[in-house]
Amino acid sequence: MYGNADIDPNLKIHSIVADEDPIKLAAFEARIAAADKIEPRDWMPKEYRRQLIRMIEQHAHSEIIGALPEGTWITRAPGFRRKLALMAKVQDEVGHAQLLYSAAETLGKTREAMINDLISGKSKYSNIFNYPAPTWADSAVIAWLVDAGAIINQTTNAKGSYGPYVRALERICYEESFHLKYGHDNVVHLATGTAVQRISVQKAINRWWPPLMHFFGPPDSISEHSVILMRWKVKMASNEDMRQQFMDMYVPKIWDLGLTLPDPKLSKNKETGLWEYTEPDWAEFKRVINGDGPCNKERLAVRKMAEEKGRWVRHALLRKDAEYVTPLA
Amino acid sequence: MIESLDPRITREEIDENSVFSDLKELDQFETYEVFHQKKRGQQHSHVGIVHAPNAEMALLYAKEQFARRGQTCNLWVVKTQHVFATDYDDSDIFETTEEKIYRDPGTYKVMDRIKAYKEKNNLS
Ligand SMILES: [Fe+2]
Ligand SMILES: [Fe+2]
Repeated sequence: MYGNADIDPNLKIHSIVADEDPIKLAAFEARIAAADKIEPRDWMPKEYRRQLIRMIEQHAHSEIIGALPEGTWITRAPGFRRKLALMAKVQDEVGHAQLLYSAAETLGKTREAMINDLISGKSKYSNIFNYPAPTWADSAVIAWLVDAGAIINQTTNAKGSYGPYVRALERICYEESFHLKYGHDNVVHLATGTAVQRISVQKAINRWWPPLMHFFGPPDSISEHSVILMRWKVKMASNEDMRQQFMDMYVPKIWDLGLTLPDPKLSKNKETGLWEYTEPDWAEFKRVINGDGPCNKERLAVRKMAEEKGRWVRHALLRKDAEYVTPLA
Repeated sequence: MIESLDPRITREEIDENSVFSDLKELDQFETYEVFHQKKRGQQHSHVGIVHAPNAEMALLYAKEQFARRGQTCNLWVVKTQHVFATDYDDSDIFETTEEKIYRDPGTYKVMDRIKAYKEKNNLS
């Protein structure tokens, strides 16, 4: 549920491409198989366009909503250097949203329509941002581990087939590397600090572990729909593969600091090379994504307020002769 | 009212049930295509788009969005609607045809002939 495509297991390939021109479809698929990129004004199947709009739009919303839990810590950041770094990170996240909205717009959905759908609850954003950041240590854990998850997702999607999305992701990934370093630095500072600091970071990790396990979404069902999205390079890896990659990269780093994770089953199976863990609570995931999480209301209310309070400024700036044209690339 | 862990948000006294009237078309303005030049002497290249009410503000947003990292010495913005572009479906117009190989420096092979001439006339 970050930028990854969600898949309807019941959709059959023939119904997905039923009314597409077979010659154009074959040329489109050949182009993707040859590792070529698809550009906005190329012919594309309807389902390709629909999935990409949905996915890029959700990703954009996740960036802009994701800036909120951390943004609330700017005024209370411990020390000037951290305050500056956090401001820069939050600005980056809002910038990522701008890049992604633009990429989605090239597919024909206006930015206004996307913002309306976010505020009305019609489109979703990453579930993890519906949880609160009660302490400074939470903001450190978000910057390190939530961004780490986002980077795995984004570097995976950056190998996709849609040109504007791929280009936006390349720029985003380049900026994310600072977020990860900054977050790690903050966590290490607390973990190697006083007893109180260690306890605060341990508690934050305990709070964020379940949402982090939800982050990549439930394991995908293997369906014809997922097969075709993979073939079109819309979906680049399964949710479970990305979760495994995340655990592989970060669980040892967390343990290395003498911190623990709140899952007694968590261990790497030497034979399979895969991590074993307690099945995350997917019912809770569904409940929160559908609006019933600790911060859903606050996040949307803040976003709505920002749009409403800025409205008169935007109206004052609007020119009568303005004309909207879908962006080019 | 929204009660938040963030004192700033609680202070805002946000009414979560306030009615939101949908943004109308152009509420977020037109788009401008942004061109970025890294160093003097290099080409400007397209880096993305910004939404802005006019060109001056488009430059301001372009600076925030595309000049936060690395080097920049100049930016251009152009209204998207002012860009004319070829169609990808017509990309074949750019294909170099067989009979135009005379444009390719590699197709000029004089050394063989010079060598042959020298050999024939005992000039080496
Ligand atoms: Fe981001
Ligand atoms: Fe980030």
